[in-house]
Amino acid sequence: MQEHDMSWVRTEMVLAQPAPAGVTGMGAWVRKNLIGSVSDTIMTIIGIALVALIVPQVINWAFINAQWTGPDRTVCLTAAQAQGGIQPDGWSGACWAFVNAKFGQILFGTYPTEERWRPILVGILLFVLLVPMLMPKVPRKGLNAVLLLIVLPIVSFFLLSGGAFGLPHVETPRWGGLLITLSLSFVAIVVSLPLGIVLALGRRSNMPIVKMLCVIFIEAVRGVPLITVLFMASVMLPLFLPAGVTFDKYLRALIGVSLFSAAYMAEVVRGGLQAIPKGQYEGADSLGLGYWQKMYFVVMPQALKLVIPGIVNTFIGMFKDSSLVSIISMFDLLGIVKQNFSDPNWATPVTAKSGLVFAAFIFWLFCFGMSRYSMYTERRLDTGHKR
Amino acid sequence: MLFVNGRRRVGYDVEFRGMGWNGSCVHTGKRIRVCLKNREKGLWVMKHIAIGILGAATLGLMASAASATTLDTVKAKGFIQCGVSTGLAGFSAPDDKGDWQGIDADFCRAVAAAVFGDGTKVKFTPLSAKERFTALQSGEVDILSRNTTWTINRDTALGLNFVGTTYYDGQGFMINAKKLPGVNSALQLSGAAVCVQSGTTTELNLADYFKANKMEYNPVVFEKLEEVNAAYDAGRCDVYTTDQSGLYGIRLTLGAPADHVVLPEIISKEPLGPAVRQGDDQWYHIVKWTYFALLDAEELGITKANVDEMKNSPSPEIKRVLGQEADTKIGTDLGVSNDWVVNIVKAVGNYGEMFDRNVGSGSPLKIARGINALWTKGGLQYAPPIR
Repeated sequence: MQEHDMSWVRTEMVLAQPAPAGVTGMGAWVRKNLIGSVSDTIMTIIGIALVALIVPQVINWAFINAQWTGPDRTVCLTAAQAQGGIQPDGWSGACWAFVNAKFGQILFGTYPTEERWRPILVGILLFVLLVPMLMPKVPRKGLNAVLLLIVLPIVSFFLLSGGAFGLPHVETPRWGGLLITLSLSFVAIVVSLPLGIVLALGRRSNMPIVKMLCVIFIEAVRGVPLITVLFMASVMLPLFLPAGVTFDKYLRALIGVSLFSAAYMAEVVRGGLQAIPKGQYEGADSLGLGYWQKMYFVVMPQALKLVIPGIVNTFIGMFKDSSLVSIISMFDLLGIVKQNFSDPNWATPVTAKSGLVFAAFIFWLFCFGMSRYSMYTERRLDTGHKR
Repeated sequence: MLFVNGRRRVGYDVEFRGMGWNGSCVHTGKRIRVCLKNREKGLWVMKHIAIGILGAATLGLMASAASATTLDTVKAKGFIQCGVSTGLAGFSAPDDKGDWQGIDADFCRAVAAAVFGDGTKVKFTPLSAKERFTALQSGEVDILSRNTTWTINRDTALGLNFVGTTYYDGQGFMINAKKLPGVNSALQLSGAAVCVQSGTTTELNLADYFKANKMEYNPVVFEKLEEVNAAYDAGRCDVYTTDQSGLYGIRLTLGAPADHVVLPEIISKEPLGPAVRQGDDQWYHIVKWTYFALLDAEELGITKANVDEMKNSPSPEIKRVLGQEADTKIGTDLGVSNDWVVNIVKAVGNYGEMFDRNVGSGSPLKIARGINALWTKGGLQYAPPIR
C-alpha cells in the first residue's frame, strides 16, 4: 500500500469537456431553431413552402428566362405579342436588354456621351476619397476630410458643370440618373449634418432670438412635406422672379433638399444632446472650457455617438427621398427609369417590371451599404455602454 | 484629450456656472468681462452666418432681366428651349441615346429649323403637367409642345397662345376582342365593366356618354394609371377608356396586344397643340406658320427625300412655298430666312412623315391617321396657304 496524500478537495480543475452530441452540430441547430416546438415546426414548414414557391420563380424570371441584350422591344416579346417577337409563347422573363440599352441614361441622364468621362472621373474621385475616410485605420483623416468635404464638391462642380478650364458647359437639365441621385444626396448629407448640429445647438441655446429662429426654421421645414418644398422651389419661385430670370432648377432642388434634411438632422442631434447628463456640461465648465470647446470636446462626441442610428436613418431616408425630385421633372435614378418606359421602342409587358426591379436593386445596394457601415461604426464607438 | 488653451482658461480661482451664452454670466471679478465678451463673440458669429446666408440667397436671385423679343433672345442664345412631357410614347419620349423623340419633340425641331436652318438647335425641358404653364409664363421655355389640350381658359386666363392642333386626340375605348367578339362600336358596350382612372375628366366624359346613349355600365375605378393598366390586363374589366393616343401606347404593354382593339368612337375633344406666351406676335407667327408649313408641305407632296428636287418644280405654288420665287419676301417678313420651309422639311419631313414616324405605321404605336389626315383626305388638318 502506498501512502496517498489524501485530499478531500480536488486539486486541479476538471478539463473542459466537449458539449454532448445532442446540442452541437447541424442536427441540434435544426432541432433547437426549426422544430423546437409545434408552432416552430409549423412556421418552418410554411417558411420552406414559401421559399420553394417564390425563389425558383424569381430566379427563373430574373436569370434563366431573362433577355440580356438586344436592339429593341422585339427581343422581349413573343411572336404573338408583336411582329418580330422572338420569344416562345407564354414567355415571361426580365427584359434586362432594356436596362442595358438605357444604362448610360440610368447612370448619367442625358449627359453628352463624349463628356461622360467627367461624371465617371468624379465618381472615381469620390470613391478614392470616401473609402479611406470610412476605414478607421487609414491615417491623415483631417486632410482626407478636407479633400472629401470641401475640395471634392468644388472640383466636382467645375468638372460636372463645365464652362471653365476649357470644358464645355453641360446644363443641369441634362444631368440625370444615378448622377443626380448621388450628387443630391451627397451634398444634402455633407450640408445637413453640420447645419443640423448648429440648428440643434441653436434650439437649445439660451439666447432667445437664436433659439426662436432655429425653432421657427426647424418647425416650419418639418411641418411641410418635401414634395411641397420642391414644388414651391420649382413652380412658385419663378413667378416671383423678374421675367427672363431663371434660377437653376437643380440648384433649387439642392438647396431645398439640404435645408429639409438639416431640419430633420437637427432634431436627431437634439435627441442626442438631451441624453447627455447635466454633469457632463458642468464638468466641462469646471475645466474652464469655452462654449465651443465644451461642445467639441465633451458634449458632441458623446451625443453624436448616441444618435448614429438616427443620423444614418436620416441619410438613408434622404437618399431615397431624392427620387421625389422627379415631381419637378428632374430625373434621378428612378425617374429616368420610369421616363424610359414611355419609349415606344421598348414598350413590352415586362419593361416596367424589369426597370423597377433594377432601380430597386441599385437603391438597396446603397442603402444596405450605409446601414452596414453605420452598424460597424456603432460597434466601434460603443465604448461606454457595451451590453 | 482636453485642451485648455489660452490664458483666460487657467489661473482663475472663480466659481463658474456656465460659460458664454450657456447660462447667465454669473461670475466674479475679471471673469464676468471675459464671459460677456464671449457672449458677444457668439452673437457676432451668428450674425455673420445669417448675413452670409442672406447674401448667398440674394446673389442667386440677382441677374439681369432682358426684355427683348423671343426671337431675338432665341437667336442670341442660339437654340430654342422646348418644353416637352416627361414621357409619353409617340409624343415625347427619350430614345436609347436619351434624345427626345415624338411628334411634340419633332415640332420643336421644325421651329428650330425654321429659325436657324438647323433642326438640332433645340434643347428640351421635360415638364410635369403641373409645371408646364409656369415654365412657359416665366420664360423657362420658348415653346410648350407637350400634348396639351387647347381650351379657352388656357388661351385667355393662363396667358398662352395655342398655335394650332398638331394632334386631334379624344377619349376612346379599347376592348379585348377575344372577350367581346363582334363588338366594333362603343354603342354596343351596354352593361360592360369599364376601367377608368378616378378623378379625371375621363371619368365624367364616360358617365355623360353612357347616359346620353341610355346605356348601363359598371365603372371599375382606380387611382393610378399603372393600376388601371394592370386591372385591364388581368381581365377585371371589359373596356378601357382614356385618351385614344394613350390607349395605343398602353396596348403595347399588354400581354397580348393583338387581342385588343381600339374602337373608332371618340367621345371628347382633346385638340393637342403647341403653345407660346402671349404678347409676342412675331414669335407666335413663326411657330404657327411652322405648323402650317408642315401641313402645306404634305399637301403639296414635298417630302424629306424630294425637297431638293421640288425646288425646281414647275409648279409656282411649290416654288413659292419653298422660297424659290424671285424677290420673295415671305420668309423674311416672318422673321426667318426665305428657305425656311426647305429647312423644316429637311429637318423633320412634312406633317405626314412626322406622324408616321412617331405614332403612325412607321412606329410601334401604329395609330391610324383618322381625323388627323389632311382635309383633302377626309381629316381635319387644314392649313392656310403660304402666299
